[in-house]
Amino acid sequence: MFPFSFEWIWDMGHVVFMGGLWYALTILGIGMTYCIIKAAIDACRGNDKYHH
Amino acid sequence: MDSALIPKGVKRCPFPQFILFIAIVGAVLLWGVYAMLLCWFKGLNQTNMNDFYGFALWIWADLAVIAVGGGAFFTGLLRYIFGKDDLKNIINYAVLIGFICYSSALLILAIDIGQPLRGWFIFWHANVHSMLTEVAFCLSCYFGVLTIEYIPLILENRQIDKVPFFHHLGHNMHEIMAVFAATGAFLSFFHQGSLGGVAGVLYGRPFAYREGLFIWPWTFFLFTWSAAACGPCFTILITKMTETVTRKKLVKDSAIELLAKISGWMILTYIIAKTVDTWYWATVTAPSQGFSLEFFYSNNSFYGIWILILEIAICGFIPAFILITKKGRKNSTALWIAVILAVTGVCINRWVMVLQIMAIPVLTFENWVLYFPSWQEIATTILPVAYGIILIAISYRYLPVFPNEPELNPIKTLPAEEEEVVEPPVDLEKELKPVEA
Repeated sequence: MFPFSFEWIWDMGHVVFMGGLWYALTILGIGMTYCIIKAAIDACRGNDKYHH
Repeated sequence: MDSALIPKGVKRCPFPQFILFIAIVGAVLLWGVYAMLLCWFKGLNQTNMNDFYGFALWIWADLAVIAVGGGAFFTGLLRYIFGKDDLKNIINYAVLIGFICYSSALLILAIDIGQPLRGWFIFWHANVHSMLTEVAFCLSCYFGVLTIEYIPLILENRQIDKVPFFHHLGHNMHEIMAVFAATGAFLSFFHQGSLGGVAGVLYGRPFAYREGLFIWPWTFFLFTWSAAACGPCFTILITKMTETVTRKKLVKDSAIELLAKISGWMILTYIIAKTVDTWYWATVTAPSQGFSLEFFYSNNSFYGIWILILEIAICGFIPAFILITKKGRKNSTALWIAVILAVTGVCINRWVMVLQIMAIPVLTFENWVLYFPSWQEIATTILPVAYGIILIAISYRYLPVFPNEPELNPIKTLPAEEEEVVEPPVDLEKELKPVEA
């Protein structure tokens, strides 16, 4: 549910619940995006710092 | 046949034997899937749930697997946030067990809601006054965290790791794993707690109702605490069972003992808090609503005071005292007993807080109502167990789940007939790359 949904009410319950959900999803999304982009760059550059 | 996929430096059973094992467990899995399809296509009339039991065996199983799956978040917290480096030898397995537990919990919920195609309603049409909404949010997000924590392990497979992108992706994810672990601990705290909070706020059910702190009843904190305390015991229990089945030592004693020690102190503090909570409820809360303790444990054929003694004394204090002593942790038999009792204790707690609540009469004209699940409910509850065994078997065979395994089980000689399934000896320091490296 987003603030532009017709069900949305600007009260503490909606802000805390939905805010918490977005907060967690944002952290996971940004974290994974960072890892994927960095992995693509490293793979293209042939960066070998993790080689065993 | 599949030797190219098996991690270097370890030995696995022949492929046909592995397939036979998977087929046997897979038959049980298919039985559960059949029951699941019956519930989806014919509806919840396939169950023995009724007006008294809106929550039944599935919800107990759900709460139980979430509680024992708590070992993943607590071990991750200890490893990545508190820096307990010894736990790096068991964190992979804790994550795998957590992944199985939480995916099982979501599967059970998907069956329980009857119409899984409407499962997304709880996210879009959220009732922000319900603790179960918080549970749904945190449970789903935390399953995402566990998936993210499990992916690097999959990427460590010998063949996948050869692809440069996957190789770098796995390592990049490791580098910021502390962020994911912290997010997982945050999410776990709230969904474990809210599952307890659901029972504690039922003021129409005197057996469950508790006072608390602000909007949170004491059961909120007790559920989180018990999951963090007993979850690691489940991790140790499954590790010990895996070692028994494979006849190998897979994790160093130092890791097991550290986890057991922390778990022991957590169980002791939890069970003291639980005892105080029960005493206050029995002497103050319930009497204020017109009930005595005996009322909740009499006049029925199953629930007696024995279940309270079993949960708190036998499955609470005994494992705690075993695990906090060095002698108890080092004794293999005592350790087995302690972790079995601890896991049993938390499962009994969830049973009591889900099913005994439903059994107790709340109106003067009602009697105790006992319930026995239908075979479809039993089959769908066994389904996640079969799924878990299969996923563990596949992961153990093809992924470096236990970084210490090559060191603890060196391959001395390689007979010619085994070369098909076992890789030649390698320079362990150079070639092996534990996930934690």
